[in-house]
Amino acid sequence: MLRGALPLLGLPLAGAETTEEPTREPGSPGEPPPGLALFRWQWHEVEAPYLVALWILVASLAKIVFHLSRKVTSLVPESCLLILLGLVLGGIVLAVAKKAEYQLEPGTFFLFLLPPIVLDSGYFMPSRLFFDNLGAILTYAVVGTLWNAFTTGAALWGLQQAGLVASRVRAGLLDFLLFGSLISAVDPVAVLAVFEEVHVNETLFIIVFGESLLNDAVTVVLYKVCNSFVEMGSARVQATDYLKGVASLFVVSLGGAAVGLVFAFLLALTTRFTKRVRIIEPLLVFLLAYAAYLTAEMASLSAILAVTMCGLGCKKYVEANISHKSRTTVKYTMKTLASCAETVIFMLLGISAVDSSKWAWDSGLVLGTLFFILFFRALGVVLQTWVLNQFRLVPLDKIDQVVMSYGGLRGAVAFALVILLDRNKVPAKDYFVATTIVVVFFTVIVQGLTIKPLVKWLKVKRSEHHKPTLNQELHEHTFDHILAAVEDVVGHHGYHYWRDRWEQFDKKYLSQLLMRRSAYRIRDQIWDVYYRLNIRDAISFVDQGGHVLSSTGLSLPSMPSRNSVAETSVTNLLRESGSGACLDLQVIDTVRSGRDREDAVMHHLLCGGLYKPRRRYKASCSRHFISKDAQERQDKEVFQQNMKRRLESFKSTKHNICLTKSKPRPRKAGRKKKDGVASAEATNGKPPRDLSFQDTAAVILTVESEEEEESDSSETEKEDDEGIIFVARATSEVLQEGKVSGSLEVCPSPRIIPPSPTCAEKELPWKSGQGDQAVYVSSETTKIVPVDMQMGWDQSLSSLESLASPPCTQAPPLPRLPVWPLAAAAAAAEEPTLDLLSDPRPSFAFPPSLAKAGRSRSESSADIPQQQELQPLMGPKDPTRLSPGTANSHWCIQLSRGGLL
Amino acid sequence: MGARGSHAAVIPDVDSIRRETGFSQASLLRLYHRFRALDRNKKGYLSRMDLQQIGALAVNPLGDRIIDSFFPDGSQRLDFAGFVRILAHFRPVDEEDPGMRDPKQPEPLNSRMNKLRFAFQLYDLDRDGKISKHEMLQVLRLMVGVQVTEEQLESIAERTVQEADEDGDGAVSFLEFAKSLEKMNIEQKMSIRVLK
Repeated sequence: MLRGALPLLGLPLAGAETTEEPTREPGSPGEPPPGLALFRWQWHEVEAPYLVALWILVASLAKIVFHLSRKVTSLVPESCLLILLGLVLGGIVLAVAKKAEYQLEPGTFFLFLLPPIVLDSGYFMPSRLFFDNLGAILTYAVVGTLWNAFTTGAALWGLQQAGLVASRVRAGLLDFLLFGSLISAVDPVAVLAVFEEVHVNETLFIIVFGESLLNDAVTVVLYKVCNSFVEMGSARVQATDYLKGVASLFVVSLGGAAVGLVFAFLLALTTRFTKRVRIIEPLLVFLLAYAAYLTAEMASLSAILAVTMCGLGCKKYVEANISHKSRTTVKYTMKTLASCAETVIFMLLGISAVDSSKWAWDSGLVLGTLFFILFFRALGVVLQTWVLNQFRLVPLDKIDQVVMSYGGLRGAVAFALVILLDRNKVPAKDYFVATTIVVVFFTVIVQGLTIKPLVKWLKVKRSEHHKPTLNQELHEHTFDHILAAVEDVVGHHGYHYWRDRWEQFDKKYLSQLLMRRSAYRIRDQIWDVYYRLNIRDAISFVDQGGHVLSSTGLSLPSMPSRNSVAETSVTNLLRESGSGACLDLQVIDTVRSGRDREDAVMHHLLCGGLYKPRRRYKASCSRHFISKDAQERQDKEVFQQNMKRRLESFKSTKHNICLTKSKPRPRKAGRKKKDGVASAEATNGKPPRDLSFQDTAAVILTVESEEEEESDSSETEKEDDEGIIFVARATSEVLQEGKVSGSLEVCPSPRIIPPSPTCAEKELPWKSGQGDQAVYVSSETTKIVPVDMQMGWDQSLSSLESLASPPCTQAPPLPRLPVWPLAAAAAAAEEPTLDLLSDPRPSFAFPPSLAKAGRSRSESSADIPQQQELQPLMGPKDPTRLSPGTANSHWCIQLSRGGLL
Repeated sequence: MGARGSHAAVIPDVDSIRRETGFSQASLLRLYHRFRALDRNKKGYLSRMDLQQIGALAVNPLGDRIIDSFFPDGSQRLDFAGFVRILAHFRPVDEEDPGMRDPKQPEPLNSRMNKLRFAFQLYDLDRDGKISKHEMLQVLRLMVGVQVTEEQLESIAERTVQEADEDGDGAVSFLEFAKSLEKMNIEQKMSIRVLK
């Protein structure tokens, strides 16, 4: 396919004139050397793809250079810079080669450069906004384009009749109408390039941009009809031809849209079944969209419309079906291709303008065209807006109209169309080419440069970005339903009514058919927002995590299993684990023995210092599946270790502050709020009134040993109901016996103690329930990590990794078989004081053993060896190695929500 | 206009209704026809049944609640004035400068706050001026559909309440409700064009 394309790109290399890369002289030997050549230069075999790659490279490098200076790009749109660069490059080529090379060829443009841009814009079109304004968009696209074409063409013809256009321009009314039809269409590429940098409000943007996309059908029809009329000669055009012309407008536009929708349907349906071949998902998106484009092009339908509709139609279902990684891939590839194509288009436009052999100048025609397209555009916009405002809820005001008129940029589509004209049939082609180039340059450069100041000066409403909130999303849905209901009551079947109908149809049939069952659920919009908010919270929590989180959150690999995370939310976990349990760190803090601590210290040291051995059991060489086991886990582990270290160093500096601060919590909360993070969830059992959030339930506190960390890899697979990790730990520098009591007094536990149990006298679960589990408690609770944060963290990690497989209904929890590492059990046995703490309440049941859970999973078979490997690390207790006082001890307390179950 | 006026005269209390709701005579007339059409047995008022007959309302997840909102205070009869009064919430906001309005006059029914209040009382079933978590959950249950499990719904509800809840009482008061939507163009979103 590429080879076929290359002649179209117009990159014939005549000799040695590759000016961009003079070192790449095609030194190909004319005749084969007599003997075996050690070195052969085969330029011609790679020439075409090489040049394509080089052009793209040059364009990309130019982009980089432009963006080196923020000042330049903030003033001058990129498209202008690229056109100017193209002019320069074209000049160089012309000067060196003595003839113009590397034109923007219509074939290349329509087959290769345009589709990615249109697909990108269609796929990422804000569909709700688009359909909300569909009426206006269609009006401007159809009526506006027709109006522009006919008035411009007719006015130019009038200009010629008035003698203002030189008689050299041999063109009749039909020729001018043809020219008018190709010059009148607002160009999506140019509009997108300019408007993306000018952040006008969404409504305005979608109207201008939607118009530029949808007017393609009209342009194509007008162009084709006029072209065939011109070729037939005006004398032979009959009345039926005019009728056919009108009919073809419908055929081309509706046909194009239909082709797009059919392919969108196919695409959505195909991606439903890619569960086992995730790797080709992005490819499918591109292939089918491109197939839609080519099919429409083949049938002489509106290809732009087809791809737009394809992207618009399939997005919802495709996004639901494909994996998260594929989604990212699709997004980036699409953006890359579109940006690449756009860059090349503008550069080639600049280069093409240099070729003086192609165009002929006529001042009357050029100036007349410039004036008419601006004038009629403005007039058309005003007239249409006046009509539209009679029907619009929110009228478009004058400023909007100014921007819309001024934003009618012409671009490469017009240029490619004018190049396509047949010089024999249209004798004035050269004049038209020159005029088109001037118009394109004028609109892109002059209007593109001035539209930003204009928008600023007119104080056009800018788009405002605000993060979606659950409330907004939910209430928006409510409003939709309310409006639909009110329309029902009033008996007026308007927009809301039909949208409601469509949504019900979509829910009942389309989504069922086109979405994977597992994906169907998470695509509910409210759920989706919720999900995204959770992820965002988690990510921003990580960003600031270093301040509030102790390392266990990072190093404890207690991420819930990948298929359950996405659906268990922070609050969900909280709620389940909550209900009246006690979080009393003081109590726990008081109970510890030296021996116990030494063990923990040891384990911590070991697990902190040792990387898990790299496992090589499964060598995965499949090209079709991205295996995500060993390597990834290793990476994650390294990451965790690094984070842990960083946090430790941070904490050691922070520690004292925390000790003296009696109210660390509100402060944290305040920061959270400010950052828009996790504003919702807090963990406090009894939040003070001044906190803006509250959580209802206290949390169960279960204390677990450091061995947690050892069972790293198995835990990544465990069921998520293993619990929330709550951390209380000491820093190495300050772990001294003397300080213990101090910290106990100051540490923030009072805030989190539920009223009833200050339960030093209560039993702790690990003794009562599956009593063989070890407890290590911190002597100094320097920080308490709010459960929500902990969970946020867990979710972030695991949701990131789980996105590959969309969450499905969680499997019932595995039978809990508490198997605890030997050392821990022994330690627990040696720890008599723990009995004091044991809480008899059933809600304090201990979480299932992580190790066992890990093992019982079939997929974690690879972990078993590691588990066994690790056991010895936990086993030996060597109290002599580290003296308790100076040891760097970490204590993990695991908050388990499993306790409730 | 004269012809319309004479038609509109059929409506009882047309002037006071117009003053209260701000509807144009043409709109009022159209609504009156609709009112009569909905009133099956020509009893002069609408009952719940009449509204429930509307096919599309039956499938609207909030349909029942919206019907209920037409019958404030547990009444069973909806006269035309009440009918129009509810619909007036969805009249597009006039262009006029709010400062020009007589401050002594009550806020028009289609003001932002009244639009919001209408939405709010759809949530607030027990009319205590607060959307509790439970009430939020009920709405979510209606809207989200079967595919999300109950637990997830609860967590969404919880989070939604927490997000809007500023004073920490575990429920969303009307002010908090309005605040959570302060960035949204309610005047635009909660208006229907035909109800001029």
